[in-house]
Amino acid sequence: MADVVLKTQALNKSFGALQASRDVSLDLRPGEIHALIGPNGAGKSTLIKQIAGNLVPDSGTVELLGQDVTALDTVARARMGLGRTFQISALAMEYTVLQNAVLGALGGRGRPFHFFRNVMKDAELLETARTALERVGLTQDANRRTADLSHGQRRQLEVAVALTLKPKLFLMDEPMAGLGTAGSKALTGFLDGLRQEAPILLVEHDMDAVFALADRISVLVYGQIIATGTADDIRANAEVRRAYLGEEDAA
Amino acid sequence: MMLTRESLLNWAMIAALLIVPLAAWSLDEPFIITLATKAAILALAGVGLNIALGLGGLISLGHAAFFGIGGYAMGILAAHAQNYEPLFEWPFLFEGSNQMPLIWLVAVVFSACAALVIGALSLRTSGVYFIMITLAFGQMLYYFAISWSAYGGEDGLSIWVRNEFPGLNTLDPIQFFAIAYVILCLALVFAARLARSPFGLALAAARQNEDRVQAVGLTPFTLRLTAFVISGAITGLAGALFADLNRFVSPTMLSWHTSGEIMIFVILGGVGRLYGPVAGAALYILLEHLLGGISDYWQIFLGVLLLLIVLFARGGLIGAIAGREKAHG
Repeated sequence: MADVVLKTQALNKSFGALQASRDVSLDLRPGEIHALIGPNGAGKSTLIKQIAGNLVPDSGTVELLGQDVTALDTVARARMGLGRTFQISALAMEYTVLQNAVLGALGGRGRPFHFFRNVMKDAELLETARTALERVGLTQDANRRTADLSHGQRRQLEVAVALTLKPKLFLMDEPMAGLGTAGSKALTGFLDGLRQEAPILLVEHDMDAVFALADRISVLVYGQIIATGTADDIRANAEVRRAYLGEEDAA
Repeated sequence: MMLTRESLLNWAMIAALLIVPLAAWSLDEPFIITLATKAAILALAGVGLNIALGLGGLISLGHAAFFGIGGYAMGILAAHAQNYEPLFEWPFLFEGSNQMPLIWLVAVVFSACAALVIGALSLRTSGVYFIMITLAFGQMLYYFAISWSAYGGEDGLSIWVRNEFPGLNTLDPIQFFAIAYVILCLALVFAARLARSPFGLALAAARQNEDRVQAVGLTPFTLRLTAFVISGAITGLAGALFADLNRFVSPTMLSWHTSGEIMIFVILGGVGRLYGPVAGAALYILLEHLLGGISDYWQIFLGVLLLLIVLFARGGLIGAIAGREKAHG
């Protein structure tokens, strides 16, 4: 039985002269929210892509549920139980909200090669999709076109689609980005409960949310993790303050 | 079920495509029946392409390959049947055939296999490269057919008598029209169900957002390849019927002009609209017939129309009349 759900070991990734990941090792344990923070350009997105399978690291390994998945693609990792939300909403914009959620449920169930039955009358998929929409508060909007949703609602739908996969861990890339204070607060409350279901690796710029939620925080600067610890450890860490929190502390 | 403007329009079109040749039949105007048959067959080719292009977002400029393979399946089988020369004798005797059902089966199987190979290679690319590779495959087959002297080479193959269908007299224009029309209707029903199926949902999602589809654990490549094969098979079937209509098959069916024409049907009617190819093919035949009588250069007008539709009516003819497509729920 794996005691860590996700583990990266000494990941390195360079783009030409720029080293975007430098010996990055971190892990995600059951029941926790592990936040990844760092200034713009610190290599958070590059790291996320290596974990999700969009980018192959130059060296190092990614382990999911105790299995080395470094050579597996995004699809295989998603099937293993990696539920991902994107920094920039990646949704089927022509579809209704419900259709996007059903797409997620279909992916979670697998076996999409049915050519005759109506997918929007599949009771099992609809049940999964509707439950997920209800949990993020999008039930009212189920029949709206996704393109017509507000930015915040799209963020909610991103989370809902990830939920339909019934994942074993979540990889959330700035789920709060662009949400108002109220929306951000609501989502913070939701993620707080979600960690019991599956642990979350959370990349987030909203520091209030991070310090309210995270069991552990890792700070990424110039591709390197300079500290990992509880919120208090991170607040107290001199290097972190200098590299990252300085401006906020001064204020 | 509520009848939307689009579904009313669809019913009207499919009814018109039936009523016009029936009226022509009662007035003894076989030429009009042949035009309607041609429209139905070309619409079928478009229905095939529309699965790849409209649903899957795969801009294939090589569908003439499947159209032509279907055509040659008919031509080769029928040529052997009329010359009493077996196609091959080992491992078993195969004599060619003038039976449409068998010809269709061969056309569908061969065009599906071709689509599998061409798709597997070209779907590794996307965008402009995909267009160019499908175009290149189509042209390869075109030049192969030109140099294939055993089956007419550049001159093509003529078949003296139209192939047979059990219980029907296929030489009677209205009966041959009935065959084409029924197949078109079946293909439309199939395409409609496909669009609403789990496969259709995933395929169209891969067109809209590839990252999303991968993130839910589905493989865009497999979805697209499957769509490409289905698409090629339907266009191949249309090719077999088209060759039978003309009792003639030549490399022209494989040329990129043909790919372009099939794409024009889809765009004229409305990309991704289920009945778009029906509207497009019917309009094309109508223009060819009406304007062709006025000028040999009628395609200039077609070009202008196509430009206007692409610029001002993105949903094609159907979009212009029925408005924006509703996301089906």
